[in-house]
Amino acid sequence: MTTNAAERGVRGAHRAEDSFKWGLYVAAILVVVLLVAMLLTLLTSSIPSLRHLGARFIYGTTWDPVASEFGALPFLVGTLATSFLALLISIPFSLAISIFLGEYFREGPLSSFLKSAIDLLAGIPSVIYGFWGLFVLVPLVRALEMKLGVAPYGVGVLTASLVLTIMIIPYSASLSREVIQMVPRDLKEAGLSLGATRFEVIRKVILPYARSGIFAGALLALGRAIGETMAVTMVIGNSNLLPKSIFSPANTMASVIANEFAEASESIQVASLIEVALLLFVVTTIINLIGRQIIKRVSFE
Amino acid sequence: MKKATYLVTTSLITAMMVLGSCGLSMAGGTEILGAGATFPYPLYSKMFDVYGEQYAIKINYQAIGSGGGIKQLAEKTVAFGGTDAFMTDEEIKAAGAPIVHIPTCLGAVVLAHNVPGNLEIRLTPQVVADIFLGKITKWNDPQIVAVNPGVRLPDMAIVVVHRSDGSGTTFIFSDYLGKVSAEWKQKVGVGKSLNWPVGLGAKGNPGVAGLVKQLPGSLGYVELVYALQNKMSVARIANRAGNFVLPTIESVSAAAAVTMPADTRVSITDTSAEDGYPISGFTWLIVYREQAYAGRSREDALQLVKMLSWMIDEGQQFTEPLQYSPIPKEVAALADSIVAGITYQGTPLLAK
Amino acid sequence: MKADGGRFERQLGGQVAGDRVWPRIVADRAFKGGVILLSVLSMVPLFLILAYIIKNGAAAINWRFLTNLPKPVGDIGGGISNALVGTGILIVIACAIAIPLGVGTGIFLSEYRKAKLSYAVRLCADVLQGIPSIVIGIIAYAWLVLRAGGFSALSGGVALGIMMLPVVIKCTEETLKLVPDTLREASLALGVPYHRTVLKVILPAGIGGIMTGVLIGVARIAGETAPLLFTAFGSPFMAYDIMKPISSLPLIIFNYATSPYPEWHSLAWGASFVLVVLVLGLNVFAKVVTRRWKVQF
Repeated sequence: MTTNAAERGVRGAHRAEDSFKWGLYVAAILVVVLLVAMLLTLLTSSIPSLRHLGARFIYGTTWDPVASEFGALPFLVGTLATSFLALLISIPFSLAISIFLGEYFREGPLSSFLKSAIDLLAGIPSVIYGFWGLFVLVPLVRALEMKLGVAPYGVGVLTASLVLTIMIIPYSASLSREVIQMVPRDLKEAGLSLGATRFEVIRKVILPYARSGIFAGALLALGRAIGETMAVTMVIGNSNLLPKSIFSPANTMASVIANEFAEASESIQVASLIEVALLLFVVTTIINLIGRQIIKRVSFE
Repeated sequence: MKKATYLVTTSLITAMMVLGSCGLSMAGGTEILGAGATFPYPLYSKMFDVYGEQYAIKINYQAIGSGGGIKQLAEKTVAFGGTDAFMTDEEIKAAGAPIVHIPTCLGAVVLAHNVPGNLEIRLTPQVVADIFLGKITKWNDPQIVAVNPGVRLPDMAIVVVHRSDGSGTTFIFSDYLGKVSAEWKQKVGVGKSLNWPVGLGAKGNPGVAGLVKQLPGSLGYVELVYALQNKMSVARIANRAGNFVLPTIESVSAAAAVTMPADTRVSITDTSAEDGYPISGFTWLIVYREQAYAGRSREDALQLVKMLSWMIDEGQQFTEPLQYSPIPKEVAALADSIVAGITYQGTPLLAK
Repeated sequence: MKADGGRFERQLGGQVAGDRVWPRIVADRAFKGGVILLSVLSMVPLFLILAYIIKNGAAAINWRFLTNLPKPVGDIGGGISNALVGTGILIVIACAIAIPLGVGTGIFLSEYRKAKLSYAVRLCADVLQGIPSIVIGIIAYAWLVLRAGGFSALSGGVALGIMMLPVVIKCTEETLKLVPDTLREASLALGVPYHRTVLKVILPAGIGGIMTGVLIGVARIAGETAPLLFTAFGSPFMAYDIMKPISSLPLIIFNYATSPYPEWHSLAWGASFVLVVLVLGLNVFAKVVTRRWKVQF
């Protein structure tokens, strides 16, 4: 009697255990399936455009719905221009912050204040950045353009890059800070004991040591900038032409999708926009994966 | 953990219900979903508000542009679309089933500018085309000065603003430019989304109005209401008869004196009427002629048809206060017959 | 120290011991000053943004603003009540997807650390985290809106859930990794079945970290607009049905900000204020949770 009840209890527990483990496997596999399904959807939906346009998609500069001609080069250029410019401008600031927090002021009220400020910056939603950029940065840039004698659009590649700069500083700063903090004390102390100034230790010991981590941080920031949609679409001027200067209006891959997808009725246009999304997916994934690979290598050293 | 999550979730949901009941003005009822043109949006939003209150029904219209309206109707994600660019035969064929156009009002595409000094500016069709082609780049260009004797045009760059989304307003404007400028027709063409040679893009009529309002020296094309609501200066355009006409309810109505085809798909730009405003246009609501599709109930279809019927009849009283022109009597009669022809499983819905 | 300050040697073209140090010290001080300056400068935009939002937003907020529905253009008194509820509903739907799936996957990853599937899953989670939100919006449109024949809160919630997923997975895995093996071994040795060990022993031990992950994930998606553009669609009405379109705070900020009407602009500032308070509040709350429920052994 007792044995039967006990056996039944144990078997019941086993079944529950098995279904639980099975449930965990399902959850994990679902994640992989999700990603693969997303990639497949993008691929299959871009096929009409791939077939119709082929390589013209990459190097064509005309995005003409009337003529069914969709060259995405203006958006590639717009994306690369704004993202790289933003990265360039942000480097001195994020490096400064990471050195500030990682070397000079590791603890203390000043340090926690700056840390919270950086976290705040990272947390502000991008539509609010765009909104603020539209009302504050655009008039400023327009005033600058009028002084320089260029067409006073206010919106354009420069404004978008400025907004992006502010948005990506927290990302590269926090990663760089962690790497700088990880530099072994004895290395630094060796430099200092040889008579080097703090600056020289930073320049010749810390930065070279943390170089790959800082690079990874920059890559992740770049990936973020490339995929950013809302803030960019509100201040970039939404022109499908190849931008001629940083004061020109332009479009990025993300902003053209936001602008045109909701009403692209002609099938090739829809497929082309999805192909742009596919391109965006591929580019950001590659950048992210390279960045994370570097970080993994750095953390194991 | 389970308890905490449970508590948090229930309190969140309760909070939302409380907030929800605060703002609830209509109880239950069907919801009719529509999307499309921003051109008539101020009028529609007023009409739907009034109609909704009167008949206890919710109408959710999202102004995402004519192109969006056509696409969403074709994909059957909305019950009706709004567009100022009537669907072409190919577009209707691509949608798979016959679609009817119901004209709801007339409006004007105006050229709003932000030239300091509150100047009254006149433009000829040629000049307008050249500005949007990028050939004329400054306000004090001799061609503009020639048409505006006595007006102190500043030495400012013209910042062209156009639509970045698929727009019926763009269609009307480009249709006009295509008629008056062979170069435009060849280089850019007519359509809802164009390959603009120059200028900034903005989303929707409100976007263009917003940008023109912010940028001194800018020139953009918007529906009349948007220029009026934002107190923007509007240019006089020379029509075919040679008169420089301001867009008003009367000048737009004058332009609508054309013979209407049975399906009401007509363009009225570049009118030959003496006092007609040359960049006028109808705007339509588009629905499927056969309403039994995608699981729509007879009740849904009936509500939709009743709404359409109201809009071309009693709803017209809201057009003039908002600076739109009402549809002419003959057009209204035509529209009525089209609405009467909307069927559910073969039988017309409105037994008139 | 030489009596003449080394002038004699320098006149002969030589150098004195103290010469080379000064420029280096100057460089050191200048660098530190530069670092401090740039760090402070980078906080300027933050303060500008917050200042604008507080100044313009707080002015727009009153009880009517929070409880009214939006009104047509030109009518005063519009409010954001449906956007608030909409944001709430979307977050609930996103959590319903991301929490079970994410925590489950996180448990899997921490229990089967070296399995080949684990490497694949971690890779997928990393990739998912980096996908631009607009691409996720297109996917949700293709899967849900087209298939179901309409825009819906559900499709918006699913898009947001996909975005939240990697954060929850990562935080869950990291937290559970910290729980010492001895705890699990002790429980199993006492005869507690495996699933109970995980659910009643290990999971509660790491609850702080998991909740932090959820809170951070919610903070991230509360402000997302792009995925909602083609899924939730926006609505002027109060939302009750998740199969219908729905409004949300980021959507109305976008629509009102790009309009030309000053009344709508002030609504947008007010909504921005509410959104920023929400997002930052969640972040702060997450930090508090981490500190209070830290896994300590």
